[in-house]
Amino acid sequence: MRLAEAWRVALEALRANRLRSMLTMLGVIIGVAAVVALVAIGTGTKQQIENQVEGLGSNLLLVVPGRIEAGSAPTSSPLTLDDIDAINRVVGDRTRVAVTIASGETVRAGSRTRFASMQGVLETTPTVFVRNLDRGTYLTRTDVSTGRRVAVLGAGTARDLFGDRDPIGRQITIGGVRFRVIGVFEPLGQSLGVDRDGEVHVPVTAAQRLLGTERIDGIAIRAPDRERIGELSDAVVATLAERHPDTDFSAVTQEQILGVLGDILGVLTGVLAAIAGISLLVGGVGVSNIMLVSVRERTKEIGLRKAVGARPRDIGVQFLLEAVLLTTTGGILGMALGAGTALLVDGLSPVPAALTWWSMTLAFGVSAAVGIVFGVVPAQRAGRLDPVVALRTE
Amino acid sequence: MTAAIVADDVSRTYELDGVSVPALRGVSLTVEAGDYVAIVGTSGSGKSTLMHLLGGLDRPTGGTLLIGGRDVSKLTPDEMAELRNTTIGFVFQSFHLLARTTAQDNVGLPLVYRGIGRRERRERAAAMLGRVGLAHRVTHRPNQMSGGEQQRVAIARALVTGPSVLLADEPTGNLDSATGQSVLALLESLNADGVAVVLVTHDRDVAARAHRQIVMKDGLISAAG
Repeated sequence: MRLAEAWRVALEALRANRLRSMLTMLGVIIGVAAVVALVAIGTGTKQQIENQVEGLGSNLLLVVPGRIEAGSAPTSSPLTLDDIDAINRVVGDRTRVAVTIASGETVRAGSRTRFASMQGVLETTPTVFVRNLDRGTYLTRTDVSTGRRVAVLGAGTARDLFGDRDPIGRQITIGGVRFRVIGVFEPLGQSLGVDRDGEVHVPVTAAQRLLGTERIDGIAIRAPDRERIGELSDAVVATLAERHPDTDFSAVTQEQILGVLGDILGVLTGVLAAIAGISLLVGGVGVSNIMLVSVRERTKEIGLRKAVGARPRDIGVQFLLEAVLLTTTGGILGMALGAGTALLVDGLSPVPAALTWWSMTLAFGVSAAVGIVFGVVPAQRAGRLDPVVALRTE
Repeated sequence: MTAAIVADDVSRTYELDGVSVPALRGVSLTVEAGDYVAIVGTSGSGKSTLMHLLGGLDRPTGGTLLIGGRDVSKLTPDEMAELRNTTIGFVFQSFHLLARTTAQDNVGLPLVYRGIGRRERRERAAAMLGRVGLAHRVTHRPNQMSGGEQQRVAIARALVTGPSVLLADEPTGNLDSATGQSVLALLESLNADGVAVVLVTHDRDVAARAHRQIVMKDGLISAAG
């Protein structure tokens, strides 16, 4: 009964000072909205990247020279196609092994040019990485063994060079050397603002000749089953270490990549949330300030309530509820604003955003907690007021 | 019947910037059940301090004070609040009604702190407003009522918990004389029903209507009768 009355009084007090309540709430609204929106963007980005990595398949094993760890310098690759033969024997199925040698090259078709990522690859690429063609055909084993100058274009590269025309069978030049287009990939879209469709696949042998090198940059293996991926990884690294005693090799699985990316993006999201949390805290200080003003304004009322039998606790609870009501109302409005902002960002910009219940619940909970924390001091002050002094206040 | 309030050699000293200022210097006084006492004196005589003590708003720094048979020096702040709620009814010079709150809810306010539900509060408040002659003002707000009506609302609020003592601090001070007379008449009719009334005033005519007068001067009772 006492609590119901305290709620009613708190509501009435907020309603009596609408503008002031609104402005005080605004601090909390902005804080909560910032937390919700920024966490949504962080989470959305993380999900998008994870989906892309997961799209590679859980059995994928990537092998690169050098160590994968913070602070290690890139190692120049000692790998050649001879190593791939050795790995094929370890894996026992050459269709499960893909290689790449990458280089940024200017690609020209007629009068149009664009900069594209040239990938020298084996014919196994579409099976090892799941890639589908929009039209035409992919490279064949013969194309690779003979170093034939044929190319498969990324969707973006094809669009920039040929527009609406069909590129199949047409000539392009890569780094000044002529190639014939035999296929076009399905579009992949963007990731973190990077165009993933700006590539050109050519036989690894043709790429090596173009670049004047024997090396390959990395190897990808699709393991037959998930359980044996560790075993396979060890065997491959051992084989390579035997052939190149001076170089370290690293093998990473999709799970390990996901783990590292998850950690990085988790920290990023946490930092964003913390920055937004600061503005929530500032909003809380505003609430505290206004509550002190409210206590002062209503000193006489407090005195009267005490004279008719209110305990210090009754008065304290009344003012605490007022503060909590301010911040939780602000919290709800902030949640709505933050969710709306996140949905707008997701819909209208390339930045992904995913609303999570935990961030909404957390932001709301924190706003209620802010009300309690920043309401306590004014509430205690009100509760402890001497009724004689309070009644005399004009 | 036990006495409603017993003060024995009660003193109250304020500490102001390290200086002790005695406001009451040993006052003994008994308010019997059904009593009608006027406390008179000039401002600064200690009569307001005495009234705050008698009402349990403040505690003496010396002597013994029993309100409703309970020694206030042994009560916690919560017990003091309960005592004010159950035993004492206050009427102030400036009414002290909550603005934006109806007469009915103003009168029902003390019942909130007794944990009584809203419906019962309103019923009891409406009945009490009928008793002070304001049955037609139940849902009016203070700014819609005259001074005399506001003071009647305040008296109804003081009575709603069924206290044994009504403490009235200059209840007619803000009213014109005709309205003041009718408020006094109301207090007297309540007194006739058995509620002790303690009236603090500097108005000799008002004081003269009480059964007995206590004159305060320099923190002491200078005359009693």
